[in-house]
Amino acid sequence: MRAETRSGLLLSTPYAVFLLCFSLFPIGFSLVLVLLEWDLVTAPSFAGLDNVRTLMGDARFWQAIVNTFVFLAIHLPLQIVIALGLAWALHRPLFLRSFWRATFFLPVVISGAAVTLLWSALYATDVGLLNEVLGQLGLGPVPWLTDPRIAMPAIAVMATWKNVGFYIVIYLAGLASIPRSCHEAIELEGATAWHAFRHVTLPLLKPQTLLVVTLSTIGGFQLFIEPYILTGGGPLRRTLSIVLYMYRNAFSYQKMGYAATLGVALALIIAAVLLIQRRVLGTAEEA
Amino acid sequence: MRRAGFYIVLGAAAVAFLYPFLWMAGTSLKPPAEVGGLSFLPDSPTLENYRLMWVRAPFGRALLNSLLVATVITLSVLVLGSAAAYALARLRFPGRRILNALTVAVLLVPAQLTLIPTYTLIVELGWVDSYAALIVPFAFNAMAILILRQFFLQVPRSLMDAARLDGMGELRILFTVFWPLAAAPLATVGILTFMGAWNEVLWPLLVVRDEELMTLPQLLTVFSLGGGAGPRQLATKLAAAMVLVVPVVAAYAFLQRYFIESMASTGIKG
Repeated sequence: MRAETRSGLLLSTPYAVFLLCFSLFPIGFSLVLVLLEWDLVTAPSFAGLDNVRTLMGDARFWQAIVNTFVFLAIHLPLQIVIALGLAWALHRPLFLRSFWRATFFLPVVISGAAVTLLWSALYATDVGLLNEVLGQLGLGPVPWLTDPRIAMPAIAVMATWKNVGFYIVIYLAGLASIPRSCHEAIELEGATAWHAFRHVTLPLLKPQTLLVVTLSTIGGFQLFIEPYILTGGGPLRRTLSIVLYMYRNAFSYQKMGYAATLGVALALIIAAVLLIQRRVLGTAEEA
Repeated sequence: MRRAGFYIVLGAAAVAFLYPFLWMAGTSLKPPAEVGGLSFLPDSPTLENYRLMWVRAPFGRALLNSLLVATVITLSVLVLGSAAAYALARLRFPGRRILNALTVAVLLVPAQLTLIPTYTLIVELGWVDSYAALIVPFAFNAMAILILRQFFLQVPRSLMDAARLDGMGELRILFTVFWPLAAAPLATVGILTFMGAWNEVLWPLLVVRDEELMTLPQLLTVFSLGGGAGPRQLATKLAAAMVLVVPVVAAYAFLQRYFIESMASTGIKG
């Protein structure tokens, strides 16, 4: 065997074995698990399409889907507007420019568990910072996490606070790539700042907006630690997320087949939602 | 005049991002009677909350576990990963094409799809409650391989030929010729990997039940769900969160440019 062939095989074999065990096998086995009933203690039994039928009629699963869309309906617009606004404000020579950027980015690097715990304290009804601020303004305490109508919006606000710094940096990169001449040309024509922003800057930032929408949507479908720590999925299951439900099925109810079925469904839903978003945003570009 | 407006907006936003952290740090130092005020400064600061959380749950041990797990994963992703990336970029061997294709393909598969099957694998291997369960499934990272491979492809052929003429083996070429050139992508991969491993919480919650083996975010999560919601408990939980936050903020203070650039350049969020 040639020395190069031997080295190549030697250096890549650990990675090939890893891919086989922790990517290819799990992907294939997820489809097998869909057909099984298995508690990891007794031997697995073949269940046909029982898991799929259960899924179709599972009120909790559908509630988790609805919850995710409620989350996205609040989170996506909030995220885009705040990220775009702060990036636009930052995109000029300012005093302490890198300090502002680093400040907004700080929550991005902090563990979701710590951020969520911090917000459980901010949202606490009687000793929380938010209700303290409202109290100073003469407004009554809000039951942030115990009112079924408020809990998911509260989580969406927290997630925005956690992630928006990342999207500010993405928009800043986008703004930096727009040539100055574009702005100058439209200013010469006497357009207002808002007009210039609306008709020149915003369309040119389309790729960044697509990225923000894609990544935030994926993030929304992966909500786990936020409801796990803040609400346990309540009140009235209004913050139950798909991943939290999947975790419970595997860890608490020992239903591996059903948990894997939820995983497969989740992957398909994410793919479908992203495709639809691409379609919609793509045609908007041509209009 | 217009500039002043920007500073007001940015200042208000900065308060919204920084004050919660200050308030957390301050509250963790407050006695129960003071918890809940608007001000973050404690009138009579105390370390009692830190003492309580330290004796109630093995946070010292969790800190060491997290350091160990994140360090080993990062080293593995950098060393073994760059060896694989080097082979995929610069060596000809059977199976290279398919390995390259698979590396791209697995990136498209959401982690939730493989979560449960991987968990059953770990259980069947008897790895529940072991460091192996926390480390091995993250020992390689397809994204890291892709980033490093992309960079290794650009290293001039002549450098490799010269090294080979000097009688260097492939590993020596990788570590003495390629690595010094690849400091930037290696740093990017290192920061992202360490951060991801340090912050991971769903996976440990599945495969570790023994408190002595829990990682810091996991123990913090378990700890935050126990106890009550009174002022003392709240302050104690915030003290526990500080153990997780302070090392990251300290590292971030020095390396923030690298953190931001790493994540922005690869489009990976922690």
